[in-house]
Amino acid sequence: MSSVVNTVADLAGQGDIDREIARAQRQPGTAQPRLDFPPYRSSLLRHPTQAPRHADPEGAELVGPVFGHTDVDPVEADLTVHHAGEPIGERMVVAGRVIDGDGRPVRRQLVEIWQANAGGRYAHQGDQHPAALDPHFTGVGRCLTDDEGGYRFTTIRPGPYPWRNHHNAWRPAHIHFSLFGSEFTQRLVTQVYFPGDPLLPLDPIYQSITDPAARDRLVATYDHDLTTHEWATGYRWDVVLSGAHATPLEQEDGDDA
Amino acid sequence: MPELTPGQTVGPFFHDALPYAGGGELVPPGTPDGVRLHGTVYDGAGDPVPDALLELRQADAQGRVPRIEGSIRRTGAFTGWGRAATDADGRYTFTTIEPGGVAGGASFFALTVFARGLLDRLFTRAYLPGESDGFLAALPEAERDTLQVVREDDGSVRFDVRLQGEGETVFIQFPRQRG
Repeated sequence: MSSVVNTVADLAGQGDIDREIARAQRQPGTAQPRLDFPPYRSSLLRHPTQAPRHADPEGAELVGPVFGHTDVDPVEADLTVHHAGEPIGERMVVAGRVIDGDGRPVRRQLVEIWQANAGGRYAHQGDQHPAALDPHFTGVGRCLTDDEGGYRFTTIRPGPYPWRNHHNAWRPAHIHFSLFGSEFTQRLVTQVYFPGDPLLPLDPIYQSITDPAARDRLVATYDHDLTTHEWATGYRWDVVLSGAHATPLEQEDGDDA
Repeated sequence: MPELTPGQTVGPFFHDALPYAGGGELVPPGTPDGVRLHGTVYDGAGDPVPDALLELRQADAQGRVPRIEGSIRRTGAFTGWGRAATDADGRYTFTTIEPGGVAGGASFFALTVFARGLLDRLFTRAYLPGESDGFLAALPEAERDTLQVVREDDGSVRFDVRLQGEGETVFIQFPRQRG
């Protein structure tokens, strides 16, 4: 398979990918990505073929890692201040709230983000496409949620970028998010997109979530109350992790159990 | 109930964001009673996966699960959590201690697996040699073998992850993860 996608002449076109996505989406929609989603070519050899086994979480699985202010400096939440000058692009606040499947705030927990710069280039040696690196933007941030589960980053709106999934393939603009809950089982890594992006219908990674309502939950909302005068536009994106299995009391007592 | 936020692949560009110095060192190398947990992540063609990431959660030797900060900027205290990316040969390494069983349960390392090409994270367990529980015992032998570490001659424990195909690792879904 890899030899097929490495040859430009044999690469699928966007029309082929669109048809594959449409075919996959004729099946009942799934609210999580389908791991076996052939339009995303890299998934072909990297998805399990067996259904996962069901288990009740035990021991360490009932306790999430704990992070604190020794781990994360508050300045890490502003991706625009780590270099001598201002980064190029639209300065943007992305903020929201992290709750669990029972609606409880996920307090004082780690949120990590990474993204391309305004020109769609990652400061990563694996990204060699001919767009400019920004010497004033690395595109990596961290913060801890507050007591209400709130998080807030200041960053630059990322650009879309080409990739080699198929001929003329472009990823919609997105920010990668990594989130933890109070339990190990609540771990989430995902991507947040922006409203009205014309690349969203064409993107096999986004479209691997075949339930349209679930896909929509990855699109941030423009929020004028987060926009600040003469400074930054604001987008809101709230996150719902899966529910915890242990009761709050058990979570407190777990290390002595 | 609020609707769960879907996952997406970690993609190829996480290396400057998620891994960090000392991420895989739950204890400093050379610690007495320390053990190296290591292995290779393979794809369905049997090729190593050079852009995967593993996270480890575990109890201490007495079966207690720490709830203390200090996993990112390590202070010397055992936090029971770590993170390691695979290298160009698909290999990962954690330096840690062997967990005790929690509340009389079996001793295992809880692992989360991420990779480019993997559209959502996967959970699995790496049981220490000779450890078993109801979950493991109920699996067919070939599947059970995928969840048991191999003790190497140098005392380290090896746990390979096969994302697909022959010897495919058993991955776990917990009750509240899917609506």
